[in-house]
Amino acid sequence: MAINWFKYSAPTTFYGLAGKLIPWFGILAAILFAVGLYIGFFVAPTDAVQGEFYRIIFIHVPSSIISMFLYLIMAGYAALGLIFNTRLSSMMATAIAPTGALFAFISLWTGALWGKPMWGAWWVWDARLTSELILLFLYLGYIALHASIDDPRRADRAAALLAIVGSVNVPIIYFSVKWWNTLHQGSTIKFSGTSMHVAMQQAMFITLVACWLYAIAVILARVRSIILERERHTKWIMELPEVKQ
Amino acid sequence: MNGLDIWMRENPITYVLLGSYAVAFLIFAVEIAMVRHKRKITLQQVRLMRDAGDEE
Repeated sequence: MAINWFKYSAPTTFYGLAGKLIPWFGILAAILFAVGLYIGFFVAPTDAVQGEFYRIIFIHVPSSIISMFLYLIMAGYAALGLIFNTRLSSMMATAIAPTGALFAFISLWTGALWGKPMWGAWWVWDARLTSELILLFLYLGYIALHASIDDPRRADRAAALLAIVGSVNVPIIYFSVKWWNTLHQGSTIKFSGTSMHVAMQQAMFITLVACWLYAIAVILARVRSIILERERHTKWIMELPEVKQ
Repeated sequence: MNGLDIWMRENPITYVLLGSYAVAFLIFAVEIAMVRHKRKITLQQVRLMRDAGDEE
């Protein structure tokens, strides 16, 4: 059976689909967080060098990965909205920004908590840390710029430019540990393999999936409010059961 | 070493749990609450608009 995916690019159909998906993503995220943290704290062994402090990675690494990927997805949606003038793309970009900013903040916060016992400092002006901080500022800049323009379509276009230009920062974050001599360690998991214990890998992978599912659930919930707000003058919004109540 | 340094080395699991996981889940809880609040407010506004349209 062929599915017409373009059907879901219209706010009218996407609104209902998002509403059906949110509980599933939310429940799965909660279950996977519980499983991942159980493995991370009760199954994974203590690290020989870092002791118990390494257990921060089960939230730090997923948050960092998601903050970078969400920015690229946000910039992609913003570019689609700018080029093809598709309404839902711009709404998705607007909905992603706050969640991306929160994941960037969690990444920096948990990194600082790990840095204190390991490096002896909460913060160093290391290339990886500084570029991640710039990512947080880019998210905040996008949110502030979008909020400062009253007309949503003009706000979408202005903020889209910032999102697209800012996306150059993402490869800088990723390659910073290779390009510069940084205090931040390089990638532990590589295509060639890893020295990590299998339980550590499992816990990190499961919490990464949980964070993704959580992010998708929250973004879908936020985009539904944005659709309601922007399409409030249309007939289909007035006919929604939750509006008719 | 100050008091916090000594405490974190004596209680590493508590430090990790409270400092990173509790903060992260608190942030998630606040975000969920904000999204739910936004939906509630937006629905109220749309209903008000509908009622105002019915009266005209």
